Amino acid sequence: MADQTNGDAFVAFEHVQKSYDGETLVVKDLNLSLPKGEFLTMLGPSGSGKTTCLMMLAGFETATHGEIKLDGTSINNIPPHKRGIGMVFQNYALFPHMTVAENLSFPLEVRKMGKSDREAKVKRALDMVQMGAFGGRRPAQLSGGQQQRIALARALVFEPELVLMDEPLGALDKQLREHMQFEITKLAHDLGITTVYVTHDQTEALTMSDRVAVFDDGRIQQLDPPDTLYEKPRNSFVAQFIGENNTLEGIITEIKGETCVVKLEDGQEIDAVPINVGTVGEKTRVSIRPERVEFNKDRLKEGAHTIKATVLEFIYMGDIFRTRLRVAGKDDFVIKTRNAPDQVRLEPGTEIEIGWLPEDCRALDAD
Amino acid sequence: MSDATNSGPVLSADGTPLKRSLARALRRQKMRALMLIAPLLIFVLVTFILPIADMLWRSVENQIVTNTMPRTVVALADYDGASGELPGEATFEAAYYDLYIAAERKLHTRLGSRLNYEQTGASSLFRKSGRGLDDIGEVYMDQFEDLDKNWDEAEPWAELMGDPAWLEAQGKWQKGQTQPTFKASGAIKELLPRTAEQYALFAEFQQVDKDKSPLREEPWSAVHTALYQDLAEADVSGYTGPQADLLKAADALVASPDFETVTFKAGFEEIDEDWMDPEIWVTIQTYSPELTNGYFLNAVDMQKSPDGAEFRDERERIYGLLFKRTIFMSMVITISCILLAYPVSYLLSNLPARSANLLMILVLLPFWTSLLVRTSAWKVMLQQQGVINDILVWIGMVADDSRLTMINNQFGTIVAMTHILLPFMILPMYSVMSTIPPSYTRAAKSLGATNWTTFWRVYFPQSVPGIGAGSILVFILSIGYYITPEIVGGTTGTFISNRIAYHISSSLNWGLAAALGTILLAVVLLLYWAYDRIVGIDNVKLGG
Repeated sequence: MADQTNGDAFVAFEHVQKSYDGETLVVKDLNLSLPKGEFLTMLGPSGSGKTTCLMMLAGFETATHGEIKLDGTSINNIPPHKRGIGMVFQNYALFPHMTVAENLSFPLEVRKMGKSDREAKVKRALDMVQMGAFGGRRPAQLSGGQQQRIALARALVFEPELVLMDEPLGALDKQLREHMQFEITKLAHDLGITTVYVTHDQTEALTMSDRVAVFDDGRIQQLDPPDTLYEKPRNSFVAQFIGENNTLEGIITEIKGETCVVKLEDGQEIDAVPINVGTVGEKTRVSIRPERVEFNKDRLKEGAHTIKATVLEFIYMGDIFRTRLRVAGKDDFVIKTRNAPDQVRLEPGTEIEIGWLPEDCRALDAD
Repeated sequence: MSDATNSGPVLSADGTPLKRSLARALRRQKMRALMLIAPLLIFVLVTFILPIADMLWRSVENQIVTNTMPRTVVALADYDGASGELPGEATFEAAYYDLYIAAERKLHTRLGSRLNYEQTGASSLFRKSGRGLDDIGEVYMDQFEDLDKNWDEAEPWAELMGDPAWLEAQGKWQKGQTQPTFKASGAIKELLPRTAEQYALFAEFQQVDKDKSPLREEPWSAVHTALYQDLAEADVSGYTGPQADLLKAADALVASPDFETVTFKAGFEEIDEDWMDPEIWVTIQTYSPELTNGYFLNAVDMQKSPDGAEFRDERERIYGLLFKRTIFMSMVITISCILLAYPVSYLLSNLPARSANLLMILVLLPFWTSLLVRTSAWKVMLQQQGVINDILVWIGMVADDSRLTMINNQFGTIVAMTHILLPFMILPMYSVMSTIPPSYTRAAKSLGATNWTTFWRVYFPQSVPGIGAGSILVFILSIGYYITPEIVGGTTGTFISNRIAYHISSSLNWGLAAALGTILLAVVLLLYWAYDRIVGIDNVKLGG
């Protein structure tokens, strides 16, 4: 991973390492910088080190090695309460013994702000999340979504320049979550706040972020805008982790500039873009998104390789059809087709030939 | 819907009203539940609730005075003790007859002990009077006897007093059978009402208490006294019944100027000068109602007086001091427990599970040792020749001749009880603190609060329910504690419970013990109520 640090970064991790037990590294040489106003998501499976990074930024964990900078100055030795970073917690962490207004007023009180100023700011923050009428309630009297809004308002009420969010939508149901995703993004952009958002939900990461950092095994596997991340994964882990993905294993038989030919285990050959591969003769794992697979020959490029497939299962999902195929001896190859009026519904047992544009098929590392 | 149009009760499928089938279905469940709790319910009822009810009853119950001295209580009804005068002869007469039968039944000493709680000396006065009352009656008995030996014989008396039918039935009576109830002859009853009453009491006593026939027992001197009183007033010249001659001779004797008499008052004076002090009569009158608040007044250092309740002499007040001390020391113990337990609980709830378990075992260790052993250990530690004093002397902090007094006083009680009750504070605190998520403190810090503000404004308020639960537990336990203050408390460190135990087992003043216990119970309930009003009982958590 290239060193992304630059001079005018608002938040910067420089060669940060973290170990809890002195034997294993939870975060291995993290380098990351984000400019002011960016919405960055740290995405990864549990145990990948993303939450640890967030906690180091917030000041609840200390980096074993390396430096974390905020607005150009190192904050390694600054205690959390002096960092001025807003934070939204997974379970909201609204103080149950205070009313909503008191919760919001708390960060202003500890900053010794006058009473009238506090009240004005609390009111503005509550209005901002459309919770103006709930100031007198206790957190326990609110629904999950409402608590979420209050937690957000509390993290923003003292006007921090950086806000951290630790899986804030994890406890909400799907519909509410989608709605809140939209609201959080809009709020962050409207206020111009720099946001670091941690989640394990890739849909959330893709829909909300300016950039997504995919974490695995204590490292950032890829740091890119959502579309790049989805369409141009740089390794097998990212390809697998983001969205649905078909993988086929094979050996590279030919590399011609921007394309290569991969020979699958059953001898069939396919076209792919070499991204993360060695030389001819080495193993590779190719990745194709289900919606980019084509079985209508008219839509394929002249001379493109096709391979044989057997339809195993057809699943009607409303907006799309999902068809499971047997390809090169594997039973888990999935294609997705839009439910258009002229779309073919494949019958199980049918033998078809499938293909794709070479640029949609990426040859990646084999492990 | 047919249900909506049907105005009658909703029916179940087989046509019975739905309510009834539901009740039937639920009845079995209810019976089952009842049977499951029945053993415990009965156990608690018999061993706990009934004794407590009995205790509450004992604290106001006072039937002994009216039961033992019914005539005196009636005679004293209009007595004005505040006047400083003695009651009239009628009262002394009533007291004579009451105490006579009570002494025969050996009940007078019990009454004496009861009145002794209210007036010191009553116990010995009554015991002495029980023996001395015969002196009054013997004046008359001897004179009647000198007149005619038959006055000291059982049978002539019975013939004179008894109804012929009763005499016949009693004559046939043999041991083991039920005795016929004594019935006085009509003429005698009219002529000699007092004698008939006293003889009836005598007969009943012989029949019921002794299982002996009145035909074979000589009447006691109270009957002779009654006879004298009756003869002095009545005209027996028209009497023709059995033993008429005997009676007429006695009447003549009583009428003669030589007949020696004695007033009841003089008789009582002869027995004990104390009877000439209105105080004892005031006491009897004051405690004559069947229900009394005397025990309660006593328990709050008050006493009854002719002018109503008043505080006792400054020197005699003890319970107010003890109650205050008990509450004060319980509070000190509770506060010490809070101060000691809070950091430990905080540490426990923030340590990793393994270390927390080890620490928990250390906390619980005292629970596995006998209470007596722990208390005795404190005795060893704190006494003047004990471990702590030895160490202080050895390191030179205390001179050998001025060793600290740390036991048999309040200090010793507070130290030992704080130690003993500490786990009751730690456990609820720990279980509440372990439910406070660390994210609250993190959130507070991220919002800009310093460590102290975070603790004071965010962590502490959420740990209050644990403090509350622990405090209630420790305070209620300590307010009724007995063993530890008894062993290490000395005279200045004892609790009200030690006094209650004293009245239960040593002074046998159960009424006072019950009143003290009731007040203690009321104080605890009052504090509980106050706590509920101030903190809110739903703020008390023992866990989760």
